[in-house]
Amino acid sequence: MSEISSNIILVILVTSFATYLSRFLGVVSSEKIKETSKIFKWFNCIAYSVLAALIARMIVFPAGELSESDIFIRLFVVVASVVIFLFNKRNLVYPTVLSAILLALLNNYL
Amino acid sequence: MVNSKYFFKGFKLIKSLDSPALALGASFIAIGALLKNIGFNLEQSIFSTFLTYALPGSLVMAESFLVGASLINIFLAVWLVNTRLYPMTVSLMPLLLHKSQPRWKYYLSCHFIAVSAWLIMKGNYQSIGKKHRIDFWIGIGTGTWLIAIVSTIIGFLASDYLNKDMMIGLAIVNPVYFTCMMVGEMKNLQINLSIILGAILGPAFFFISPEWSILYGGVLAGTVAYFIGELK
Repeated sequence: MSEISSNIILVILVTSFATYLSRFLGVVSSEKIKETSKIFKWFNCIAYSVLAALIARMIVFPAGELSESDIFIRLFVVVASVVIFLFNKRNLVYPTVLSAILLALLNNYL
Repeated sequence: MVNSKYFFKGFKLIKSLDSPALALGASFIAIGALLKNIGFNLEQSIFSTFLTYALPGSLVMAESFLVGASLINIFLAVWLVNTRLYPMTVSLMPLLLHKSQPRWKYYLSCHFIAVSAWLIMKGNYQSIGKKHRIDFWIGIGTGTWLIAIVSTIIGFLASDYLNKDMMIGLAIVNPVYFTCMMVGEMKNLQINLSIILGAILGPAFFFISPEWSILYGGVLAGTVAYFIGELK
C-alpha cells in the first residue's frame, strides 16, 4: 500500500471515530435519562438549535464550492426553496431540485 | 433479533411523498464527486460514507485533507462539527429504550443518527409502540444509510461529467434540504425558538470563533429557548 492510500485510510478511520464518539456517548447518557424529564427537554432544544446553527453556518459561511457564489444569491435560493416547500405539501423533491438549478443559473447570469 | 415487520415499516418511509431520499441522494452524490476530486479511490469513498455517514463531517474531512491538515487536526475539526450528534442521540434514544430489547441494538444503530434519519424518526415515532421503536428506527437508519452509500458511488462515477455549475448546484442541495426539514419540524414554541435562535447565533459566533461557533451558538440558543419555553 502506498503512503498516500494508507494515509487516506487513516483519515477515514479518524473521521469515523470522531463521529461515532458523540453517538456512542449519547447512548451511554440516554440510559439514565427519562423522556419526560427536564434534562431530556433541554437536550432536545439543544439538538435542534445546534443543528440550526450548523445549517445557517453552511449557508452564510460555506466552505468548498459554495463559497464561490454570492451570499445574497444563496440566501435568496434558500428562502425561495422554503416557500416552495411550504406551498407544495412539504414535498422535499421540488425545493431541492429547484434550488440546485436556481443557484447554478443565478450564479452564472447575475 | 430485529422484528422485520417494524424494520420494513421504517425502511419503506424513504419512499414516501415527503421522503428525503432524493435530497439525501443528491447531497451524497456531491460527496462522492468531491472525494474523487481530492484523490480518494472508489473503495475508499464507499468506506468513508459507510463508516461515517454524517454529511457535514465528511465535508470537513475532505477540506482538511485537501489542505494537508494533521490527523489530530482532522479529528478535532470533525469532532467539533459532529458534536451535535450527542444532543441528537440523547434526545432520541430515551424514546426508543425498552427493557425487552438488547443493548447492542442501541449501540450499533446509533451509527444511523444523522440529520435525515433523526428528523424522520422524530416525526414518526409516536405511531409505533415503544417496544418496537428500535426496530422501526433500524429500518429508517438502514434505508437512509443505503441511499447515502449508493449515492456516493454514483457521485464518484459521475464526477467526470459534472461541471463547475453542477457542483455548485449540488452543493446547495444539502443546506436547502436540511433547512426545509427543520422548517417542517417547527411545531411548538420551544422548538421554534431553538431553531430560529440557533440559525442566528450560529453564524454570529463565527465572528468570535469559527471552529466553536456551532457549539457556542447552538448551546446558548437551545438553553435560552428551553427556559423561555418553560416559563410560558
